[in-house]
Amino acid sequence: MSITSLFSTELKPVNLGLDMFAEDLRAQGVAPVLMDWTPPGGGDPEVIAALGRLERPDVAERIAAANEEAVGRILAAQPFLEGFGQAIDTVPGMTRTTILHAGPPISWERMCGPMKGAVTGALVFEGLAKDLDEAAELAGSGEITFSPCHEHQSVGSMAGVTSASMWVHKVTNRTHGNTAFTNLSEQLSKILRFGANDQSVIDRLNWMRDVFGPVLAAAMELNEGGLDLRLLLSQALHMGDEAHNRNVAGTTLLIQALTPYIVETDFSTKEKREVFDFVASSDYFSGPTWMVTAKAAMDAAAGIEDSTVVTAMCRNGVDFGIRVSGTGDRWFTGPAQQVVGPMFAGYTPEDSGLDMGDSAITETYGVGGFAMAAAPAIVALVGGTVQEAMGYSRTMNAITTANNPNVTIPALDFMGVPSGIDVRKVAETGILPLINTAIAHKDPGIGMIGAGIVHPPVEAFQQALRALADGVAR
Amino acid sequence: MTRHIDIRKNTYLDSVSLMSMSTKANAVEGVTQALLGMATPMNKEVLLNVGVQDPAIDAAKPSDLMIVIDAADDVIEDAIRAVNDILARKTRSADGAAEGRYRTLDGAFAEVPDTNLVLISVNGAYAAREARKALAAGKHVMIFSANVSVEDEIELKNLAHAKGLLLMGPDCGTAILNGTGLAFANAVRRGSIGIVGASGTGSQEISVRVHDFGGGVSQLIGTGGRDLSAEVGGLMMIDGIEALAADPETEVIVVVSKPPAEEVADKVLGVLGGTGKPAVVCFLGSPRTESGYPNVQLVSGTKPAALAAVLATGVDESTLDLHALNIPLIEEVRAKLAPEQKYVRGLFCGGTLCDEAMFAALAKFDNVHSNIQKDPAYVLGATDASREHTFLDMGDDDFTDGRPHPMIDPSLRLQRLVQEADDPEVGVIAMDFILGFGAHEDPVGVTVPAIEEAKAKAAARGQHLEILGYVLGTDLDTPALAGQVAQLEAAGVTIASSSTNLGLLAREFVAKGDNR
Repeated sequence: MSITSLFSTELKPVNLGLDMFAEDLRAQGVAPVLMDWTPPGGGDPEVIAALGRLERPDVAERIAAANEEAVGRILAAQPFLEGFGQAIDTVPGMTRTTILHAGPPISWERMCGPMKGAVTGALVFEGLAKDLDEAAELAGSGEITFSPCHEHQSVGSMAGVTSASMWVHKVTNRTHGNTAFTNLSEQLSKILRFGANDQSVIDRLNWMRDVFGPVLAAAMELNEGGLDLRLLLSQALHMGDEAHNRNVAGTTLLIQALTPYIVETDFSTKEKREVFDFVASSDYFSGPTWMVTAKAAMDAAAGIEDSTVVTAMCRNGVDFGIRVSGTGDRWFTGPAQQVVGPMFAGYTPEDSGLDMGDSAITETYGVGGFAMAAAPAIVALVGGTVQEAMGYSRTMNAITTANNPNVTIPALDFMGVPSGIDVRKVAETGILPLINTAIAHKDPGIGMIGAGIVHPPVEAFQQALRALADGVAR
Repeated sequence: MTRHIDIRKNTYLDSVSLMSMSTKANAVEGVTQALLGMATPMNKEVLLNVGVQDPAIDAAKPSDLMIVIDAADDVIEDAIRAVNDILARKTRSADGAAEGRYRTLDGAFAEVPDTNLVLISVNGAYAAREARKALAAGKHVMIFSANVSVEDEIELKNLAHAKGLLLMGPDCGTAILNGTGLAFANAVRRGSIGIVGASGTGSQEISVRVHDFGGGVSQLIGTGGRDLSAEVGGLMMIDGIEALAADPETEVIVVVSKPPAEEVADKVLGVLGGTGKPAVVCFLGSPRTESGYPNVQLVSGTKPAALAAVLATGVDESTLDLHALNIPLIEEVRAKLAPEQKYVRGLFCGGTLCDEAMFAALAKFDNVHSNIQKDPAYVLGATDASREHTFLDMGDDDFTDGRPHPMIDPSLRLQRLVQEADDPEVGVIAMDFILGFGAHEDPVGVTVPAIEEAKAKAAARGQHLEILGYVLGTDLDTPALAGQVAQLEAAGVTIASSSTNLGLLAREFVAKGDNR
């Protein structure tokens, strides 16, 4: 609009800055658009410079095209549950002496208490050590290969510890052909993934290896079509789950879909009954399933040149790591944060370990904390009102690229979940992704002690932004 | 004495809010000093300069809020509570208003696509980037923020020019577009006189004088004070003139600025000459008298500029009240002043008003000191005591560093006013009072107690202290002109009818017989 034509057009100003100017405009009968502005990148000059480089029109255009491709893949992905298998037979790169863990890469020495508890428990479970002391020695001996789940097309909840004989979901994204894996829910709270490792934990893992996994695998052998997980996830959101901290509906839907096949397997009624009782013992049964659903979708969006879309967020209890489509397999990390939320009776925030697990893949995909508005029943976790829960989901629109039309939130007029976190938008607005998650005790051997919300460290996004500025704005 | 230091992570408040909260916090009973600010390198330096040093402050990031309170031991707890209350009130109202607000300009443009202008008043360090985004989205821009680099200014203005958009500023205090005042502006009649101004209060003054002479303003475009420098080359001024030339509502074009770079002045006059429309140019303090173009008239002050513009619209001069200088008044005041009362002290909010009064004094006196003097021998700093004739632009950077503009927060000027009254050689204190959008809600009322105190000090030593006031405003402003003038008169203040007359009267009041 030329200057002269502005003179004959109604003035429609945006007021960016002092509120008193907006009041003066209103007093003159002009309604300004109001801003809730904070300095980009928290006022860090280096971050602002990086944002500036990515805003050059030619660069911004390339990024927009790449992000459209990336988010298009996330929305188009159709993850199907194809079956279950043991990690050694299915997960790429798995060996008898490999332990996969959650989060970005970490050495045994730097691992947090609960992750060390899970690792030693797994080594005993695998028969590689006769007790926890020997396991700790073995873990530090250099004979065990530690590697992030994410680097093996996998995700793992909490400690994410996955060893050779554990059973995993096998999920294929039928749109793009990639496969993803995750292990099975241990239910309850005193479990390996939360750092517990006593005999009861090992006994349960043995039963899962010998009965639970084989029954589920046999059931899916009978299901030739596979299960459309995106469809189930979408239904679960309509039934009040956000698919990270609330999985009541999703678990019901999943076991309902599996049941006809389970009953057709050759296992004994007693064994089938044990399986059903175990599934019924915790709403969390389907939690890992939605994680691997998200992983299968997000992997399809990885490695697109020039894209600033986040493809993974995960934590190992020490570091929080993210990966970005345009920077491929590179990790950008910052310190894992304290999870804030209600604790089980008898525990205080001083007992809690730092943020841990690959489950933030659900938020990366657009559910979990991003779909908070779908799950009013658990607003207590965020310590707020239902109204605020609605606000959380809307706020995530400010840092994402699109809304997923296949996974929607009824209470927000069927708004699609906010998808495709854009590193630039996070750095600019200072709005950090909202993650719903569980709290593990900081010491090994105890387990889950609460749940709540957490944000990633801004450093991870700032590092990623600088790398993108160096790479994309070349 | 106890020092309380509190760093609030990721808590952003704009600098003007913070400064007004600082003012309130410093007024809390028992507080020796309270400092509130974002932890920018500049603010940290400010703290260091006043002797506040702490590892927590060193570690704070620009997105963190720093709170430092010094108070007596027995009241520190109360002081902390009081300051927290002040902060809580602000944050609450900010939260309450957050509904329907946008975090980023791109977000706002996406939701409200028919916006056409962005008024930017965030910290100058961030203003250029936001302006770039607004221009990229095809929006006109006004940058109120100061402290934007000249490189950014040139880049933004070239970008705006290429897109045919306004880039008013940086440091652009005023504009009136389509009858709507932006930032600091007065409520004036709409009409056929278009103004392009590189000086904010100069533009305000001309708009008010035009209104007073019965004329009206079609558009008032601000360019920012650096536009006519050799580096910027008048980019916005020229685009503004051309837009007004093409505007059918604009019959007469007025240009106001401090003296421009010579080659830029030539360029601006050439463009005005080419418009064919009658034009009036006020380059304050410039020795030029001839424009070289028949349609372009050069005038010496803001009032002559407004008058010439109104006359150019075809108004008969004999129908106007010209507010000629009141000669009997001058004689009357001279008679009241003692022989030693030789000097004027000017305390100004408006930079152009200060300039105009200073130039009037310079026409008759040599010993004129100011923080905006061009002659280095006569430059005064903000903390220097006044000397001989002194004219202070208290809205200039050396006075506003770390505090709000005196048009918003008059406290520093009030202190200075009372201080000047201690000098028995002072005959006249000249002050401006600026009304309108963006300005203090009652600039006269807040000053009257200090005026009374100043006059009482002089009276105590048997002197009459002449206080000369000019109220820049109109009958349409809130508060209205008449009420503010009446308050001044009631306090014994002599009223000047314009910025030009303020300068002339102040000078003449102290000019002794031999100096005429």
